[in-house]
Order: sequence, then C-alpha cells, then structure tokens
Amino acid sequence: MNFQIATLLGQDGLTNGAIYALLALSILLVFTVTRILLIPLGEFVTFGALTMAAMQMGKTPKLEWLLLGLVLIDCALDIYQQIKRHIDRNKMKMVALKLGYAVIIIALLNNLSLSEIPMIAQIALTLCLIVPIGPIIYRLFFQPLADAPALVLLIVSIALHVTMVGVGLLLFGPEGARTQPFSDTGFRLGAVLLKSQTLWVILVSIFLIVALFIAFERTLYGKALRATAVNRMGARLQGISPIFAGKATFALAAFIGSASGILIAPITTLYYDSGFIISLKGFVGAIIGGLVSYPIAAIGAVAVGMIEAFSMFWASNYKEIIVFTLIIPFLIWRSMNSHNVEDDE
Amino acid sequence: MTSKKVISALLLSSSLLTPLANADIKIGVVSSTTGPIALVGIPQKNTIPLLPTSAGGEKITYISLDDGSDPTATVKAFKKLIDEEHVDAIIGPSGSGNAMGVIQFAAESGTPMLAPVGTAAVVLPMTEQKKWVFKTTQNDDLIAKALVEQMKATGIKTIGLIGTADPYGENWAKVMKDLTQKAGIQIVANEQFQRQDTSMTGQGLKILMANPDAVLIAAPGSSSVMPQTTLKDQGYSGKIYQTHGAALDPFLRLGGKAVEGTILAASSMLVLDEVPDSPSKEIATKYIADYKKLYGEAPATFGANVLDAGLLLENAIPSALKSGKPGSAEFRSALRDALEKTKEMPATQGVYNMTAEDHSGFDERGRVLITVKNGKWTLLK
Repeated sequence: MNFQIATLLGQDGLTNGAIYALLALSILLVFTVTRILLIPLGEFVTFGALTMAAMQMGKTPKLEWLLLGLVLIDCALDIYQQIKRHIDRNKMKMVALKLGYAVIIIALLNNLSLSEIPMIAQIALTLCLIVPIGPIIYRLFFQPLADAPALVLLIVSIALHVTMVGVGLLLFGPEGARTQPFSDTGFRLGAVLLKSQTLWVILVSIFLIVALFIAFERTLYGKALRATAVNRMGARLQGISPIFAGKATFALAAFIGSASGILIAPITTLYYDSGFIISLKGFVGAIIGGLVSYPIAAIGAVAVGMIEAFSMFWASNYKEIIVFTLIIPFLIWRSMNSHNVEDDE
Repeated sequence: MTSKKVISALLLSSSLLTPLANADIKIGVVSSTTGPIALVGIPQKNTIPLLPTSAGGEKITYISLDDGSDPTATVKAFKKLIDEEHVDAIIGPSGSGNAMGVIQFAAESGTPMLAPVGTAAVVLPMTEQKKWVFKTTQNDDLIAKALVEQMKATGIKTIGLIGTADPYGENWAKVMKDLTQKAGIQIVANEQFQRQDTSMTGQGLKILMANPDAVLIAAPGSSSVMPQTTLKDQGYSGKIYQTHGAALDPFLRLGGKAVEGTILAASSMLVLDEVPDSPSKEIATKYIADYKKLYGEAPATFGANVLDAGLLLENAIPSALKSGKPGSAEFRSALRDALEKTKEMPATQGVYNMTAEDHSGFDERGRVLITVKNGKWTLLK
C-alpha cells in the first residue's frame, strides 16, 4: 500500500462515513426524543435515491401515490377525531392544507417534464415528496402507542421496515438505479483524482451537521426537542407537546435519510432493499456513541466508513463481518462503564 | 359448531375430489417475485401467461407460488405443490441456492423439476436425485469457454476476477480457474463483493495494482455494473469481460459510457436482429413480441428460461401421456424419461439435446459473443 492508495481509500471511507454519520445522528435524535429505534431510516435513503433516479429517467415517481394514500388516511383520522369530540376550525384548516399540499405536489410531478428541469428542482421535489411521509408514519404507527415499552416500539419499527421494503419493490421495481452526478468535474490533488461528488457529499454532510447543531442550540424548537430528549415528562409539564416532538423528529429523520440517498445515488447503484445495510452501519456508529452522545456517534460513524474502506481493500470477502464485529468490543466497553439503569421495562 | 363441521367436510371432500375431477395436467411454478432476487423472479412470473396452454390434447394449468427469495419458503412451496396440488412437474425456483435445497423433495416424490437457475451444480455432477432436475440455462462453463477462447485469440495473458460473494460468483471463479489454466492464462487477482455494497474502491485498487490485461466481472443483474464503472473511474484501460448475468438492458442504462466495449457471451436473445435465421430466433422473436404486448417492456433473459421450460414440457408430454394419466406417479416418471430424451428441440435460448448425463443440453448454438457498441448490444465479429 502506498500513499496514493491510502488517500483513495481514505477519500472513499470519508464519503461513506459522512453518510453514516448523518444517519447515526438521525437514529440518535429519534431514539432520544421518542425512544424509537428507527429501523426504516434506510428506506428513506433508498426512496430518495430511487425517486431521483425515476425523475431523471423522465418517469413520474410512483411514490406520489404512497404520499397521497398516507395523507388521505391521516386526514380521514383527523376528521373522525374532530367529529367524535368537537369541530375545531383551525384543525379543519390543517386538514385542508395537508390535502392541498399533496394535490399540488402530485400536480407538479405530473405536469413538469421531470427529466428536463434543473437538478436542484428535482432534488427539491424529491424532498417535498418524501419528507411529509416521516411525520405521517409517526402519527399513524407510533403516536397511538407513544407510551408503550421500548420493546413494543422496536417491534413496530421492524414491522414498518419490512413493509416499506415491500412497498419499495412495488413502487420502484427490483432493478438498481443510479443518478447523474451533481457536477461532472474532478479535482486533482497531487496524483489523486478527487471526484466532485465526493466533495459534495462531505460538504453537504458537514453543513447539515452544523445546521442541526445550531438549530438545537439556538432555536426554541430545537431546545424543545432537546428538552424532550432529556426528560419527556418534564418537557410535557413545560408545555412541549410530545406529539409535536415525535412528528418533528420523524420529519427531520425523513429529510436526512432522503437527502443522504440523493447524495450517494450518483456514486453507487442503489436497490429497493439497499437501505437497511446502510442504516445499519449508521446504527453501529450510534452504538459507539452509546445512543446518547452526538459527537461520539458522528466520529464513530466516520470510523465505520474508514474501517469499511480499508477492510474492503485487505479482505474484500470479510468486509461486512469486520464492520459489524466492531460493535462487540464497544458494547462490552459500554456495559462495563455504565451503571445499569432499568429504564421502563 | 355445525357450520365449522360443514366447512371442514366440504374442504375435505373437495380436496379428495380434486385429483379425480380435474384430469388436466398441473404444472407448479415457483418464482421469487419478492426479496433480493425479485429481479430474476418477476420476469419469470410474468412469463406464465405465455406458456403453452395445452399439449398432447390435454389442457395444462399452471399454479404459481412466490417464495420471497427465501430457501425455506421454496421448500414449503414445493411441498405444497407436491402434496396438496399433486402437480405433474415444477418449473422453478428462481435462485440457485433455493434450487439446491429442493432437489431432494422433487426426487423423493418423483416430480420432474425444471430449474431456470444459473448454477450448474443443480445438474452436475449427476446423481440419483439430480436425475429429476433439468436446467434451462446455459452452464457456466459453456459461456466461460467462449470467453476464454476469445481472450486467448486476442492475446490476453493475465486476467483479474471480480465476483459476487454468492454461488454465482463463486462458481464462476471455479470454472475460470480450470479453463484459464488450460489456456495458459494467469489469474492475477480474485476479488469479491456484495450486491448491496455502496463502494468498490478497495477491490478496484487491488485489481489496478495487479494490472491484468483484462478483467472478468461475474455478477448477476445490475450488480455487474458497479465494478466496471469503478474500474473505469480509476483509470483502468484493459479489456473488460462480463458474464451472461450482465446480459440485461439495465446494464446498458446504468453503465452508460463506462460499459462501452464490454465483451460478454450470452444467448442470442440480445442481438436477435443480427444473428442468422434459425428456429430459435423465430421462437425468441415471438416471445419478446408477446411479452411486450402484455407488459409494455422487453423481457429479461430470465423469463425466457421459464418459457423454455414450458416448451420442453410441451414437447415431452405427448409421449408421457402414453404411459399414464396426468396426476399419477407413472405419468410423472414417464415425463422425466421423455424430457431426458429431448432431441434437437429449438427454444429461445438455443437447441436442447438432453442425455442421461447432460440435463442442460446446450451446445455452442446456445451462446454468442456480444459487445457493447454505441450504447447497444452488438454481435461481436
């Protein structure tokens, strides 16, 4: 191994690591605020990538029907609850807004020539399509059992993952897809060619991480989410709605997931079922951070990416084993260092 | 309570009556329309409506089951078809691993099994159990021979291998080891990857360091694209060979400029317009046209493998009918014997000549050398 190979592998590891870091952060965020381990996060990654790919092929992404279906169920439930209690004008307005949003998005998707609009518009449309699915999923599947034990939430989460993989197969088909890179140029750094997409991934990841940090440190909403993460009951007594907190974190997770998918789609072929392995590696990062510490989780996720890249070079057939075995020493170390607090079981 | 009894009585009587009341020939089809190999299974299931509907004056009914790419589910599906539906033959399953697991059940019950799978291990080496299995795809070594001959003719001395870490890639590595040794070609690098891997930089670099004259990528479906784009990005300038696993249109779409000039050997289905007229060409052209009419897109080769299984059965059924009634063990056994005697039968993939030893039955008419030129499959001349 010489310097050039080491830089190439390092660059590769850093790119993947940046994505794993983003996913690790959203897994952590969702877990601390709602106690849900978000297994379906990987599906948001593939949905984002495959929707983008469908648009670039000039097809209307079928995901619009999933959005429409979920919005309709959501609104029907809203209206049902309104009728059962009392009609609240503001809430009815919200229902109309949600329906209107879905209709506008679908109208846009069907009337624009998707493959010709600028890439930034494609990205915006993809995000507009996928991000609302996050909070609706929270509302439909997790909100009714928000106080259930963490184990129940985990099981629902797994069920949701399996369902979403199946939906992915229905909507996108079994073929893998790839998208065009954001820009075609490459940069030469000494003897090493840096692909511009790699820089995009790293820059956008850093930007998102910094933006998240600022949002959580400086804004009221961010502070509310942090308060919920620290103490759910305490936050509730301060007037922070746990429903809002849940929906907000799911929206953020859906956003980060689909953004990650859009970022890596030009580098790699993604299939409808690729998401799980990707998010699992983010999960390893989150575990390294003990499911509490954001900076350690991010560093851990980058380390996972690096180890993956180098083990791919040394022993390509044992790559996954090496990466996932990594979790064991950390679990042992964590369990030796932590005081065992029985949470809610 | 009574209603339950009535229902169970009805169910019981209906299950007893079925084999008698229904003298049609029953064929089970097991495909993986969901799960990791759905890519293979979906065109196979889509082909069922195009299969022959009668043979030897008897109506054929098809019973289709999905195994979700899961070998355990394949076993369940086979048992259901054999024990409950009393099928006369089974077409499927889609995956190589899935097929290996059900051979014993097909053999125990004496049901012919026509496997449209890639690996030659289902029919080779021939055993007492594998006598019941027929394979409707070209054996890897038939395709590999064509590639190695081409390599030898163009003066290639060293090659690198990149394969998937599954039975497909592993069998190719094995086949190539034998063939290259004979041809005096040296394998200087052998790397593996997983279908879902998001990056192949490491494997690519290893190949680059070994700097072989050519690289062979052995991966099924669209997973064959990423090794090639990675190598091109890293500046590899040698020839790149692919296996028949890559012979699908998404390969061209996903690969774009990076797959230009790739050489592969596969059935003539991809370059039908350029091959000379033959009965196979006629059948394949008709199949593609019918499939397009039904689904609006051209079928992947995997679907044609199922069609061939149907044609083999259609060809064998008339002589088997002489020995027994559909649904009986005698009929199934006679069907197996008749399948083994298939001679010079043209189908989409080539011409079948089965023998007691060769249950795949292809010769060099089953494959052509293809290259990618201007983003299209072209016959290599």
